[in-house]
Amino acid sequence: MSKIISTIPGRLAANQTDTWSTGSGGRRRASILDRSLNRAQASEVNLSAFSFLFSEILQYTQNRVDGISDFEQRLNTLGFGIGVRVLELTMWREKGQPRRERRVLNVLYYIHSVVWKSLFGRPAHALEKSTDNEDEYMLIDNEPVASRFVSVPKELSQFNCNAFVAGIIEGVLHGCQCSARVTAHTVPVDGKPLRTIFLIKLSEEAVQREEQISK
Amino acid sequence: MILSLYIINKAGGLVYQRDFNESLNRLSSNDYLILAGTFHSIHAITTRISPVGNSEGIELLEADGFKLHCFQTVTGIKFLLITDPAHPNTDAALRRIYRLYSDFVMKNPFYTPDMPIRAELFDQSLQRTIPSL
Repeated sequence: MSKIISTIPGRLAANQTDTWSTGSGGRRRASILDRSLNRAQASEVNLSAFSFLFSEILQYTQNRVDGISDFEQRLNTLGFGIGVRVLELTMWREKGQPRRERRVLNVLYYIHSVVWKSLFGRPAHALEKSTDNEDEYMLIDNEPVASRFVSVPKELSQFNCNAFVAGIIEGVLHGCQCSARVTAHTVPVDGKPLRTIFLIKLSEEAVQREEQISK
Repeated sequence: MILSLYIINKAGGLVYQRDFNESLNRLSSNDYLILAGTFHSIHAITTRISPVGNSEGIELLEADGFKLHCFQTVTGIKFLLITDPAHPNTDAALRRIYRLYSDFVMKNPFYTPDMPIRAELFDQSLQRTIPSL
């Protein structure tokens, strides 16, 4: 059976869905690569599926590291690659003319709202500037998805699995030429036991660049 | 009123025990293990002696002062819930607890299956949920 594929390049991807799919037993299923990149609504992932995968990632990583800081560093590196890609995807999905953010504050606000919405379905709860240090910002999430089901045992009490999400932030910042070091810290307040602060410490280059742009 | 909860793994080992009422006498930890092991054996026997085939084993044990409900999952884990005799709708309660277990125990990367459960979030979620069941 032949099928006519649209010859307009821009519409190719959407129309090819049926013809490219491979499936066993005659059942045709479109793979994720055949779907349009713009379909943000249908691309939600089941929370349980994510949690089980994330749990496996943590177990796999834990068996291959020595020490808590190494463990967090590995998770951070894993997140970094995701961050770089998430930036590209969210930019692509932006309505109208996508803008490339240059100013640190704009980039952080972009992470706070757009990136967080695309990853977790809602914006982060707060974005604050450190009063002690000029180059430090804090992104606050009251109910982080990554640590929702994770109970850290006492012997690892220093460990925070949100290092993975911190890595994603680092990746996005890196993609915007604002390299920074991001760490995750759980700071509970009343009624929000999992409240996590992502401490963003900008690199010297990023600070210098920011100064140059502001001139 | 829910008095206490026991979780028994598929080999008959006690992996979790918790009382939800201050008035209960505490047993020694060894006694709890024996209790769980004994129930596991009784459960196995009841599946065998059942006059009808494919029996799921003992589900309810009634006494003057309490009721013991047993809910076995398809993977062989048993949830025992001890309540006072008048407690309504324990089926829903057990399912709710099973759901908390699958969320906060099975999705916890630091938990080894079939080992005793030590998960802070599981304790907290039970503490929050049990009074409303």
